[in-house]
Amino acid sequence: MINNTSFLLVLRFILLVLLQVLVFNKLNFFGYINPLVYILYLYWYPIKQNRTTFIILCFFLGLCVDIFSDTLAINAAATVTIAYLRPTIMHFVFGVNYEFQSFKLNNSTKAQQFTFLALLIIIHHLVYFTLEIFSFSNSLLILQKTIIVGIATLILGMLFSTLFSSKKE
Amino acid sequence: MQQIINFLIRYKIFLLYLFLLLISCIFTFQSHSYHQSKFLNSSNYITGSIYTFSDNITSYFGLREENEKLVEENKRLRDKLFNNLVLSPSLIDSTSVNYEVIRGRVINNSYADQRNYITINKGESDSIVQDMGVITDKGILGIVENTSDNFSTVQSILSDKSNINAKIKNSNHFGSLVWENTTDYNVVQLIDIPRLVPLTIGDTIVTGAMSSIFPENIPIGTIKRFDLDNSKSFYFIDVELFNDMTNIGTIYIIKNLNRKEVLELEAETEAND
Repeated sequence: MINNTSFLLVLRFILLVLLQVLVFNKLNFFGYINPLVYILYLYWYPIKQNRTTFIILCFFLGLCVDIFSDTLAINAAATVTIAYLRPTIMHFVFGVNYEFQSFKLNNSTKAQQFTFLALLIIIHHLVYFTLEIFSFSNSLLILQKTIIVGIATLILGMLFSTLFSSKKE
Repeated sequence: MQQIINFLIRYKIFLLYLFLLLISCIFTFQSHSYHQSKFLNSSNYITGSIYTFSDNITSYFGLREENEKLVEENKRLRDKLFNNLVLSPSLIDSTSVNYEVIRGRVINNSYADQRNYITINKGESDSIVQDMGVITDKGILGIVENTSDNFSTVQSILSDKSNINAKIKNSNHFGSLVWENTTDYNVVQLIDIPRLVPLTIGDTIVTGAMSSIFPENIPIGTIKRFDLDNSKSFYFIDVELFNDMTNIGTIYIIKNLNRKEVLELEAETEAND
């Protein structure tokens, strides 16, 4: 059972990185909208797992995407941030519920799932574009990119999570 | 001591987070100065192979277009040949050759970021080194930044770190080509052209002679709009690129055979100052 879970996690890791760099990085919708769908890894990651492993894993997830897309370590920084904040966000969205053994993402309401994903995306994109643009004179551009790319990621993320939800137990 | 250990255990997740964040920030900011990070770039073996694999599939869809481009370029070169604008082959001997051209292919292209990099399928084994110029049949593309055995990354002119010597065609007024409006990937900016220079919309901008990377007179684009900058003594010119930066296939890498000599001489002169 444990092997099965870790195998699934590794497979998902590789598939999401490849999907991101080979498909979504080349999308360039309206010139600059490249949804960062690899964040779904953090959305799907099991809740009852060692936090240390989770943060380190997320760091390497971001780093892999960085190496492919030549973005230095911007993705790594943003991903590690939401990996650290994930329990806080879950507590905010699901209340104390999520600490119970029986809690599963699929059992929560659609609105909760949506809020959870949206919060992950907003924080991630804000860190990402702040580091990428890195000038306060362009803070409007940072906000604009965060919102527009964030919406694109959110739509795709909801689509993917609906598509694959039944298979994930 | 006990308390310090307790503190470390209690906040170990937070400390780990800070540590990893610090690492990523160091990677990010150390290369803001000039060069891209040595380790974190897509010219390595694994990413190169994956991009080659993906390019092998997607390149089939653009074959006809690619052929059209090459025929168009052949036509231009033939026009020059028949009008004797180039030297006949017998006049070219190896001592007068200054530039060597290596052909390559783009296997990964980006243009939506602040600092865009292009991955190409030629590397050290094809004698590519850092700071070689990269052009297409239409105009300039960028400068080689990192190399591995078989792949290289190219810093695109669409990068806020890019700074290339450029001038107005058929004159010697030169300025710097930068990318300031980082959301429009068809337009770059030419700065530091003095206001006394007569300009017209539509004038052609080419590379200048001040660079040891590009040969002189490689086309860049045409003037789209110009205005005086804040100091009111220089122009701020929007240049519309000849290249469609979103659609690049075949590229040429330019090796300046005299570059080493030029750089040595310049270093010597500066040292004497």
